[in-house]
Amino acid sequence: MTALLSVQNLSVSFTTYGRRVEVLKSVSLDVPEGAQIALVGESGSGKSVTMKTIMGILPQPPAKIDGGAIFFDGRDLLTLPERERLKLRGTAMSMVFQDPMSSLNPVFTIYDQLGTILKYADRRLGRNRSGKERKARVLDVLAQVRMRDPERVAASFPIMLSGGMRQRILIAMALLSEPRLLIADEPGTALDVTTQAQILKLLKDLVTEKGLALLMITHNLGVVRETSGYTYVMNKGEIVEHGPTAGIFEAPKQAYTRDLIAAVPRLTGRDQ
Amino acid sequence: MTAPVLELRDVVKTYALKGAFGRSAGEVRAVDGVSFAIQKGDVYGLAGESGSGKSTIARMIMGLTPPTSGDILIDGQSILGRQATLAHRQQVQMVFQNPGASLNPRRTVGQSIRVALDAHHYAGDRKARVAKLLEMVQMPRHFADRYPHELSGGQKQRVAIARALAVEPRLLVLDEPTSALDVSVQARVIELLEGLVDQLGLTYLFISHDLSLMRNFAQDVGVLYLGKIVETGPVASVFADPRHDYTRLLLASVPVISAEEEALRPKIPLINGEIPTAEDLLALRTQAQTKEAQT
Repeated sequence: MTALLSVQNLSVSFTTYGRRVEVLKSVSLDVPEGAQIALVGESGSGKSVTMKTIMGILPQPPAKIDGGAIFFDGRDLLTLPERERLKLRGTAMSMVFQDPMSSLNPVFTIYDQLGTILKYADRRLGRNRSGKERKARVLDVLAQVRMRDPERVAASFPIMLSGGMRQRILIAMALLSEPRLLIADEPGTALDVTTQAQILKLLKDLVTEKGLALLMITHNLGVVRETSGYTYVMNKGEIVEHGPTAGIFEAPKQAYTRDLIAAVPRLTGRDQ
Repeated sequence: MTAPVLELRDVVKTYALKGAFGRSAGEVRAVDGVSFAIQKGDVYGLAGESGSGKSTIARMIMGLTPPTSGDILIDGQSILGRQATLAHRQQVQMVFQNPGASLNPRRTVGQSIRVALDAHHYAGDRKARVAKLLEMVQMPRHFADRYPHELSGGQKQRVAIARALAVEPRLLVLDEPTSALDVSVQARVIELLEGLVDQLGLTYLFISHDLSLMRNFAQDVGVLYLGKIVETGPVASVFADPRHDYTRLLLASVPVISAEEEALRPKIPLINGEIPTAEDLLALRTQAQTKEAQT
């Protein structure tokens, strides 16, 4: 049991207008070091709440963590003092957000935004980096996400970039402070199919190159199959099935998983 | 041979590009000589990404904007020159992508549907008609008193379909009708739409970027790229043997869930890095056109 991230029996409920709803019911999942894991579910399944709880950005209240533990690198995040937790968030574990339009600030250049993130990450970790070194690091990361002209991109405002480039900026943002775990929330869903395919390939390549662990949160079963080796299927706040991705698709054990797979339209047409 | 329900003949739509201080900076051909026809009871799929011109085509068919040249015919009759008339609207209705945005949040489901009936001076019993429409989209009639926020995404899209059907159109333009829905919900909405084809003798123009869905829902497909249909034909044969590079790229990009589908995907390397987007290519082509015009 040496998973980098281990969620154990996590239960979360929301209380609104005096009514309590259990949103996560004893959710457990493991992300081993360097592994590519998918968490798949439809809207309302609890996958986003799981992600937010792991990242520590769950609004409490109305949410309340009723029980369980989240171990990252052997330490329980839920009992960690906020100061310690800050050192992990956006550094050792970082997120790739879904919507590149709303996750970037329209009035700052890409360099302003990436530089600021790096500055604060450095400060939290007590690292020292001169302005010049910071700039070099930002350009380096932009090159890693296959930007052909990092200097020009760094000086651009978000509006000057295409959707695919903006999504790559968000990946660059997550990579800035050399994380060990990337949590990707539906990356590329807001994009065209051809661009999405590129983004997924880039993510996969980067994760393999750097030996990062990836937790891919998505509703798209195709994306699951393309990007992950092990899959957790979530429904109504529970993990209903988990196993190696190939097995889940070939021989789903639970009725819910079977129905979900059956609902996906096939490129080959209907079952003959 | 009866006339097709919808026919586009060499339809062109250009938009003027405005340079600095309102000076003209050339034009963009958003739709560039598109022709296709849909026979009664068929589903024709238009596949394309952003910037391909699919929304412009939908807008022209709806009579919201006139084509620059070419002709659009419904049941063999040109719709040009009679834009936005009630008669045209009665024949063609549209279902939009985001039912959350296309339904008025301050109207109940019944009121929303009744607006369509009122606009077309429906003479019969409106309450009964609303109930009948809800039944057609397989919703209980008491939903007429609910507000959109009380409905799920799938239910909202059913209401949007019911509203489009209110005036008994012959053609529905479906603009990404299920892309905001979960797969299981999508499957049921598509089932409903398929049932309505037989039940009401409808014809669909189905606009989508989801090729897997298109393969299952449409009979014929037109692949739209930078305003042109680069490839068209029966969906099964186009997907089994794509001829155009862009069709191949599209198919190669589809995330699939089985080995059989994987075998069908063209094996072309996805370019890693900045590939020209439709916008880039559009700009390039406009440049080329201006150059051509100058020489």
